[in-house]
Amino acid sequence: MQHRTIAPLLSIIPGLGQFYNKQWVKGLVFLILAASFFVAFGDLLNMGFWGLFTLGTQVPRDNSIFLLAEGIIALIVSAFGLGIYYWNLKDAYHNGKLRDENFPVTSLKSEYQNLIGQGYPYLISGPSLFLLIFAVIFPILFSFALAFTNYDLYHSPPANLADWVGLETFAEIFTVDIWRSTFFDVLAWTVIWTLVASSLQVSLGVFLAIVVNQKEVRFKKFFRTILVLPWAVPGFVTILIFAGLFNDSFGAINNDILAFFGMDPIPWMTDEKWARVALIFMQGWLGFPYIFIVTTGVLQSIPEDLYEAATIDGASIFAKFKNITMPMILIAMAPIIITQFTFNFNNFNIIYLFNGGGPAVAGSTAGGTDILVSWIYKLTMQSSQYSLAAALTILLSIFVIGIALWQFRRTNSFKEGA
Amino acid sequence: MQTTMKTNRILRLFFTYAFLLFVTVLIIYPLLWTVGASFNPGNSLISTSIIPENPTLDHYKELFAGKESLQYGKWYWNSLKISIFTMLGTMITVSFTAFAFSRFRFKGRKNALMLFLLLQMIPQFAALIALFVLAQILGMMNSHWLLILLYIGGQIPMNTYLMKGYMDSIPMDLDESAKIDGASNTRIFWQIILPLSRPMLAVVAMNGFTGPLGDFVLSSVILRTPDSYTLPIGLYKLVNDVMGASYTTFAAGAILISIPIAITFLLLQKQFVSGLTAGGTKG
Repeated sequence: MQHRTIAPLLSIIPGLGQFYNKQWVKGLVFLILAASFFVAFGDLLNMGFWGLFTLGTQVPRDNSIFLLAEGIIALIVSAFGLGIYYWNLKDAYHNGKLRDENFPVTSLKSEYQNLIGQGYPYLISGPSLFLLIFAVIFPILFSFALAFTNYDLYHSPPANLADWVGLETFAEIFTVDIWRSTFFDVLAWTVIWTLVASSLQVSLGVFLAIVVNQKEVRFKKFFRTILVLPWAVPGFVTILIFAGLFNDSFGAINNDILAFFGMDPIPWMTDEKWARVALIFMQGWLGFPYIFIVTTGVLQSIPEDLYEAATIDGASIFAKFKNITMPMILIAMAPIIITQFTFNFNNFNIIYLFNGGGPAVAGSTAGGTDILVSWIYKLTMQSSQYSLAAALTILLSIFVIGIALWQFRRTNSFKEGA
Repeated sequence: MQTTMKTNRILRLFFTYAFLLFVTVLIIYPLLWTVGASFNPGNSLISTSIIPENPTLDHYKELFAGKESLQYGKWYWNSLKISIFTMLGTMITVSFTAFAFSRFRFKGRKNALMLFLLLQMIPQFAALIALFVLAQILGMMNSHWLLILLYIGGQIPMNTYLMKGYMDSIPMDLDESAKIDGASNTRIFWQIILPLSRPMLAVVAMNGFTGPLGDFVLSSVILRTPDSYTLPIGLYKLVNDVMGASYTTFAAGAILISIPIAITFLLLQKQFVSGLTAGGTKG
């Protein structure tokens, strides 16, 4: 048998393969690492995997949610352990192969220098990775796992246990009448909201940038400063201000502006349709400055020669706009424009701070202007429907990832074309 | 021919200015209305006018009167603290990580980049349920440091991508010649790469600061007692607890946070606009 086969086989117990390759120190390091891994995490792994499979068997001794959390931590720790284990196998194979080919195995000194030299990127990105695992990956895995349990108000610790139910919650979203109708109502409005609000803010921003950028316009600096103001004021403040302005009974829009024109007050907050109109208008107001600024940058980078050449060829203003300005803006801004759509799809603040997703809809947990994210928030915070909220989160993530991947492929093809 | 072109031009300019003026009014009106409301006597908005007849500073005083449910100064301090630490943490972690991704070819780099890309797509919202459940059970409530760590973690994927893209555009020759002169990796980072990435660093700083400042979702899950609130939660509760009854006080609070932020923003605008456009065109 060849060394390259024997060494990794022996390394099934970490370190033995290295001993076989006569790399004593390294073998010892692997052996100690493996042993301390099991000493340190043995209990956690044991308990964690048991909990992950059963979610507890006895009340009040077992807390399903703790067990689930421990189980996921055990999974993450195991992933790290397996990584090191894989490294150990690979190392044994590599040095076995060197021996087969009659090369000397790598010396301890050169490995050490290699580790220091190659370790630099790991050293400087390590803290970020650790933070990501703790603050992002673990919570997301936990949320996703909840979608496959029946965890809600009636299955919560310490009085009750939760259990794995597989895809039942997902099935219920589509089979239980009230959930299905709420889901599709909310989804439909989420899509409309995303498309209309984003298109409004993008077209407003682009249009204003072109208007201000006309050569003859004076006070450019003044107008630009004013137009950036909605972006400069913190968004949550503006939304709350608008909530006051639009208020049915004391808001200035009904009492001052509409009254001034002799119009009847409009039920902005209590009528679903008007609330939606108000929200879209507000997002236009809040969102256009960002597009405005970026478009202005793009416009200023278009070389003047292009326009001069077009003028000499007798092109009209509209021809110049259609054939020079618009394509330039669209190519440069495609990624930013798509980000606006994904941003609005998840734009929780404006929906929730304006009037809490209201007005309330009879028999439904979602209000008339709730989008998916604000509905999930309410299900979690107000009605304790954790597993339903988690299942919806997964559906939403799939949706967003789908769009983002599509965007990613598009921008990549842009790069290849360039 | 000449005259029609001239009238055309005048007409176009007329409509341009009329439109810009209209938009200016649309932008200024809500802001001025808030300023007016903050100086109006009484709690009711029915009598509010943009220029109050009997202006009063009562609402500003009330913000700092030290009521149990209205600890404006505390909220202000909490918000600033959380935003500034998140900003610093994000800038540090993101620039180091982006440097590693941009300048080194190490094992696992491709996988890590894929992971970052994936995490950038999943909204941090997906973690909400976990945080709510765990915060309740583990008693991690009201901890600002927990919140800061969560924010930094949430900022890392997207901003690392932006920063890496920007660093990729800095020519490799620069570091190579520095390396020949004997500069260490860390020195190349501090003295060459980081100064050249300043426009994108400004964008990252802005994201890191404004993200937590405007966040309502995560902070409302973790912060539950009035003395731990940040401004979004505090002001939201102030407006909604007794709708309409404290709107003028809210207006005063809104002014005090908006003016310094808006001024800083307008002053620093130049710094990050070039980074934004670069990020936009590079995708």
